Amino acid sequence: MSAFTDWDILRNLLLAARWTVALSLIAFAGGALVGLLLTFMQISGRVVLVQMTRLYVELFQGTPLLMQLFLVFFGISLFGIDVSPWTAAALALTLFSSAYLTEIWRGCIESIPKGQWEASRCLGLNYVEVMYHIILPQALRIAIAPTVGFSVQIVKGTALASIIGFVELTKAGTMLNNATFEPFKVFGFVALIYFLLCYPLSVASRMLERKLHASG
Amino acid sequence: MDYNFQFSELWPYTNLIVDGLLWTIALTLITTILGCLLGTLGAAARAGRNKLLKHLVGAYVELIRNTPFIVQLFFIFFGLPSIGIKLTAWEAGLLAMVINLGAYSTEIIRAGIEATPKGQLEAARTLGLSRVQTFIRVVLPPALQTIYPALTSQCIIVMLGSAVLSQISVQELTFAANFIQSRNFLSFEVYLVVALLYLALAVLMRQLFKVVHYYAFPNLRARK
Repeated sequence: MSAFTDWDILRNLLLAARWTVALSLIAFAGGALVGLLLTFMQISGRVVLVQMTRLYVELFQGTPLLMQLFLVFFGISLFGIDVSPWTAAALALTLFSSAYLTEIWRGCIESIPKGQWEASRCLGLNYVEVMYHIILPQALRIAIAPTVGFSVQIVKGTALASIIGFVELTKAGTMLNNATFEPFKVFGFVALIYFLLCYPLSVASRMLERKLHASG
Repeated sequence: MDYNFQFSELWPYTNLIVDGLLWTIALTLITTILGCLLGTLGAAARAGRNKLLKHLVGAYVELIRNTPFIVQLFFIFFGLPSIGIKLTAWEAGLLAMVINLGAYSTEIIRAGIEATPKGQLEAARTLGLSRVQTFIRVVLPPALQTIYPALTSQCIIVMLGSAVLSQISVQELTFAANFIQSRNFLSFEVYLVVALLYLALAVLMRQLFKVVHYYAFPNLRARK
């Protein structure tokens, strides 16, 4: 029965881990794009835009990621579009991460003292100039550490894509477990690979926080 | 889009949804209590003198925080029986949730503890308090106050994460949703209703934590 050696298990898991990485990258890039848009909506000061963004963030932070995946997966097919697990997962994770990134970035921009806004406006800079020359460079510096920290949540979030049938690391683990009946080993390996993906990001986030806060 | 939503078709399943909701609430309640307790102990160990214990707890925190909850769950439910630890789905689910929240709350409470001014520790020593007394009476109360918002958010995140327990057949809210949609194929309707229930639960939890905060830290009331 044991046609699978340890190396076979590990090799197949590593092959599947590529999809975890790809999905994470797409979710992060997509989430950053949508998140950036939402952040600007939120700091625009227009009541309607602010309220809309707040509702969006509340919805995505108040419901399980699994529900978001299901709703995107089954919701798109209501339009008669045949959606693959891959598309659904990428879309759901993009929306999920955009909500969290918006919240992080809004906090960073709002943490810049108000006096700087006022001083810049007094100097005759317009909104775009204030943003571009004064606020964003400082906010960006503060935002780096928590953003890297959140990327860990994205990598871990991709594990849920396995439930709607996308074959990434976790799904590969379940499939290999069904073939080998060695859950302890298989899920141990799966956890190890996730750890190797996430731990460097965690460490980097902590280091960046220390470095950027000490001198800033 | 020519699709007619059929939310009324869900009425016959109200019982199932309510049952699932109650189980999710029960799981969350037990996890919140045990997880925060575990977190407090973990944070105490991190702040303590025992080097070995300190590093063990550190490793536990890093391991849990850097792996997905679903993998931890699968490892506990499918993996542990092969080394002789057999758990029912409920036990495995609850254990995974407690272990998960324990790791996060250890880290959160530790951050609160580290913010304790050194003078307070010295004052406590001068007054002749033992290390345990100092921890419980001097260090912990203000630390918990400081990190209370973060702890609240983490407990809500764990509640939302409990949706994954449906994958090992724990009959909580998401399990009910999966079951119903396998019967009537109204997947979007079911998941939308259930997602809104989770949202309501999250909002409710936040309010509940505020009430607890009001009674747990009476010293903060006057300041508001």
